[in-house]
Amino acid sequence: MTTTTEKSVNPQAGKAGTPLLEVRDLHVEFRTRDGVAKAVNGVNYSVSAGETLAVLGESGSGKSVTAQAIMGILDSPPGFVTQGQINFQGRDLLKLSEKERRRIRGAKMAMIFQDALSSLNPVLTVGYQLGEMFRVHQGMSRKDAKAKAIELMDRVRIPAARERVNDYPHQFSGGMRQRIMIAMALALEPDLIIADEPTTALDVTVQAQVMDLLAELQREYHMGLILITHDLGVVADVADKIAVMYAGRIVETAPVHELYKQPAHPYTRGLLDSIPRLDQKGQELYAIKGLPPNLLRIPSGCAFNPRCPMAQDVCRTDIPVLHPVTDSRGSACHFWKETLDG
Amino acid sequence: MGRYVIRRLLQMIPVFIGTTLLIFIMVYALGDPVSALFGDRAPDPATAAQIRHDLHLDEPLWKQYLLYMAGIFTGNFGTAFNGQPVTELMRTAFPITVRLTIVAILIEAVFGVLLGVVSGLRRRGWVDTAVLVLTLVVVSVPTFVTGYLLQLLLGVRWGVAPATVSAEAPFNELIVPGLVLAAVSLAYVTRLTRTTVAENARADYVRTAVAKGLPRHRVVGRHLLRNSLIPVVTFLGTDIGALMGGALVTERIFNIHGVGYQLYQGILRQNSPTVVGFVTILVIIFLIANLLVDLLYAVLDPRIRYA
Repeated sequence: MTTTTEKSVNPQAGKAGTPLLEVRDLHVEFRTRDGVAKAVNGVNYSVSAGETLAVLGESGSGKSVTAQAIMGILDSPPGFVTQGQINFQGRDLLKLSEKERRRIRGAKMAMIFQDALSSLNPVLTVGYQLGEMFRVHQGMSRKDAKAKAIELMDRVRIPAARERVNDYPHQFSGGMRQRIMIAMALALEPDLIIADEPTTALDVTVQAQVMDLLAELQREYHMGLILITHDLGVVADVADKIAVMYAGRIVETAPVHELYKQPAHPYTRGLLDSIPRLDQKGQELYAIKGLPPNLLRIPSGCAFNPRCPMAQDVCRTDIPVLHPVTDSRGSACHFWKETLDG
Repeated sequence: MGRYVIRRLLQMIPVFIGTTLLIFIMVYALGDPVSALFGDRAPDPATAAQIRHDLHLDEPLWKQYLLYMAGIFTGNFGTAFNGQPVTELMRTAFPITVRLTIVAILIEAVFGVLLGVVSGLRRRGWVDTAVLVLTLVVVSVPTFVTGYLLQLLLGVRWGVAPATVSAEAPFNELIVPGLVLAAVSLAYVTRLTRTTVAENARADYVRTAVAKGLPRHRVVGRHLLRNSLIPVVTFLGTDIGALMGGALVTERIFNIHGVGYQLYQGILRQNSPTVVGFVTILVIIFLIANLLVDLLYAVLDPRIRYA
């Protein structure tokens, strides 16, 4: 089962106007014993080559589930994509066979997971796990694949790669393990990388190093990057645009610096206000009241209304659409103008 | 690693002494072996005393034990009731039981793992439900019931397999007895495999393997199974020792002249050299099997290192 996939770049990818990846009206639900949990409810976003999209949201907002649907690694059952399109390099991934999707996974799009210790196989050497990419996708020999693995480890700046290629994941530090995850994702020079909370499990000092490495490699290979996170601090430096998710929908999307300067959704404002700031030392930290919604029973109208300081009657009845704020911004709030001004 | 092995080997000494002493005392408590030797007839007192003296039975228990242990280390396990040296019995009995155990372990490993993987990957499917019910039945029914049942059906009614095993006990005659001997452990291996496979199937590293674009057979074979089978392999290892000593009932049913048969005869005739000798060897096999399993564990799981 070895297939040689040539590295042919789709002529449309990267060209202005045609994004590398475009998610359209995606719906995902989990059919559990307790009922149907609507995890993703009509998500739209796009990433171009060389662009970084940060997807921001609390746990349960559907940011990871969207990513899993794009990769085609949704746990199914219970998870099902019920509606929508995932256009990647001009093809709707949801219409492809499992075999065709498998060829794309790892080779054209790759994923970096949060916890590298549990995401790497504990009983296989890192060299084996890296080399497997070349052996399976390109039919490379064991020996050549190992040489490639060493090259990759050098690439992500793991010291003494040649000696450490036969080590097991538990013999590396947390930061080094995440570098191995990055190396694995980069192995076949994919066009798109999805990083699901890549630095959450790391020490703060290591976080910055890993994030810098990821940003640098993305620039070098001119890849599209979807950065899933709940950490606003991580986003500011590396992302081009942000999509804020709440209860399976995108509530605000904007270029990074515009969003930081002037949020157009009360939820985004709440998130920004809950970051500790040096100039407000000693004051009580703001927190969004209430809890994220239960996906089995999403509130009617705007899902955020029970926690929103600006909620009116209309918020409890009508689901707000994503209003265009400017050409490059959108807000799914009935009162986006007031939010923007206030 | 080397130091660990040496420490484990040293730990075997007190276990070895303890178990043999215990067996020795228990057999001693069974009663007078000399009167058992004469059956229903009352023995001639002079002859009986002579035999007692020859076998050191007139010595105190602790001295008997020491004499026995001294014998063991010079390769003398004593004499069986029929006048044969116990070592002679061992030479014929152990190869037969080893063959029976090999058949049983193979059945356990092949069918147990196969059924466990299928049911673990498709939980709540019809295979899984059938396997669960079947294993429950097998675990609940005692070996002598499954043994006589299979002997009657396969051996006598349908005649597809020999009902009893000949003295040479070749492999093909041991298939049905092996199945009977393996039955309970087979059910256990199936359930153990099912649990670990189902557990590991949800693990993050399996998700990573899928995200790498690996074909399913590789995700399951290289990534999932390699981790799931660690506890199964260790169970199979320890089961070798248990199967060899536990073949008593099965060997009786199918008339196999292996370790279980000789032990049974030894107990019946209160022949302490036979009983203590065989049990001693079984204890050693069990201890070594356990050590090998622990060492194998470190080979299978690189996170475990013995120092």
